[in-house]
Amino acid sequence: MSLLTVRGLRAGYGPVEVLDGLDLDVDAGEVVVVLGANGAGKTTTLRALSGMIPTHGTITLDGTDVAGRRPEDLVRLGVAHVPQGRGTFGELDVVENLRVGGFTRPAAEVAEDIERWLEMFPRLGERRHQSAGSMSGGEQQMLAIARALMSRPRLLLLDEPSLGLAPLVTQDVFDRISGINRELGTAVLVVEQNANLALAVANRGYVLETGRIVASGTATELAADDTVRRAYLGV
Amino acid sequence: MQRVFDGLAAGAVYAILALAIVVIFRASGLLNFAQGELAMFTTFIAWTLLDAGIPWWAATLLAMVIGFVIGAVLYRLLIVRLGGPSGNPLAIVIVTIGLFLILNDGAGIIWGSNPAKVPRVFGDGRVEILGAGIAVQVIGLLGVLAVLVIGFGLLFQRTKLGLALRAVTANQESAALAGVKVMTTLMIGWGLAAGIGALAGTFTASQNLGVDANMMQVALIYAFAAATLGGFDSPLGAVVGGLIIGLVSELVVGYVDIIGPDLRLLPGFVLVLVVLLVRPQGLFGSARVARA
Ligand SMILES: Nc1ncnc2c1ncn2[C@@H]1O[C@H](COP(=O)(O)OP(=O)(O)OP(=O)(O)O)[C@@H](O)[C@H]1O
Ligand SMILES: [Mg+2]
Repeated sequence: MSLLTVRGLRAGYGPVEVLDGLDLDVDAGEVVVVLGANGAGKTTTLRALSGMIPTHGTITLDGTDVAGRRPEDLVRLGVAHVPQGRGTFGELDVVENLRVGGFTRPAAEVAEDIERWLEMFPRLGERRHQSAGSMSGGEQQMLAIARALMSRPRLLLLDEPSLGLAPLVTQDVFDRISGINRELGTAVLVVEQNANLALAVANRGYVLETGRIVASGTATELAADDTVRRAYLGV
Repeated sequence: MQRVFDGLAAGAVYAILALAIVVIFRASGLLNFAQGELAMFTTFIAWTLLDAGIPWWAATLLAMVIGFVIGAVLYRLLIVRLGGPSGNPLAIVIVTIGLFLILNDGAGIIWGSNPAKVPRVFGDGRVEILGAGIAVQVIGLLGVLAVLVIGFGLLFQRTKLGLALRAVTANQESAALAGVKVMTTLMIGWGLAAGIGALAGTFTASQNLGVDANMMQVALIYAFAAATLGGFDSPLGAVVGGLIIGLVSELVVGYVDIIGPDLRLLPGFVLVLVVLLVRPQGLFGSARVARA
């Protein structure tokens, strides 16, 4: 059954309409990628889905209409969003960042989850009391993902996790995402320009161009598609 | 030694005000120019209650509660409309300056422009320590400061509310995405700052033996210096900064002949300048390290 169903989603900034009627689905346990060039509307899509900007159209999460809900409420319904640029709390240390991530969960669970993620991400475990702002881009991306997982989401929204990271680090981040999806069954909706890596971990994908979905299919189909290959895979 | 105690007495009042500034800065990321006037206004409320025969501690507590409510409501009504900390900073500065004027004139209209008398809350007693007299008032004030520093330290470092306040000031958007109720948190933050402002005002008045509409202005200049000296985000820093500024002003004015009482602001500020040159984040402030 579909976990997230989006129909005719329109959103923008003031008078500027960016999304022009988007339809997309994410099934429980699935990894779905939205590919798009700079300015295609990837960030806007995720912001609309987590209630950060006003929207038109329907957004259903597990059968419940969630359009118009605020981000604070959507976390409680199981949506976690790692924003573009990571959105870590620069002045807070690693453990404090994770505690904020677990804000909606009971204290005992938070303590348990912090240990679990610090073990899972040893680079973070070694830096428990280092301020997030002083960590490398890759470490911050890992922290941002761990912070999002602290809310024990059903759906994880990731905004260009590869942005500004070296290829090896990006590879590592995508391996983690894939592992989390496999082990916890968390559904992932990731928006990316790095089609190679994203299609390697995704089950399905969409291609977004100036606020419209112009192609969709399984990851294998998209990877074989001529337009996708030319625009995003550089072949 | 007498000068040291006098310096501590003045410093304790700057310290408590500086603490209020730091609390609002940490709880909202904003500098509220009306903070001092809000403190003055709530001090008048405390004085009115005192005048009506309520004991000083109850009057102070009530004024703090009223301050809390005014702070929270102000935030909700005015600042939120201007977009909060992510809104236009200039608009917020102008609104807080407007509030400053309204509160100042308002207090003049309601309570008149003549200073009202306020007793020393801890009485007029003095005790001898190391051959110099120190007012019981000052000891009481230092005690209150110690409690506040520990209290706010625990609040920011150990409680969920403190974590929410820090998360919201660090990154409002991410805080909301993590499920923190940003608006409620900031309302509480403004309330807390105004509540402690009321306390600071009451103590300032009690130290000056009077309350008048302009009482907070000079004290606030010292308090800003103290907060800057200590580092804008550290409650302990604010208190240490306040005490140092009080001490330095008193000692330099007392012992250096060319700096008379007219120049008493000078030494404190020279000190602030020197410290900032060496340590831009202040004595106890955390350096903001940011990487792209
Ligand atoms: N706050 C804003 N106000 C006005 N317009 C905006 C705002 N944010 C984005 N836009 C516009 O919306 C369009 C889509 O932007 P969006 O950030 O969603 O793109 P993106 O696909 O995430 O791009 P990138 O890969 O560069 O992150 C762009 O034309 C952009 O200029
Ligand atoms: Mg983007």
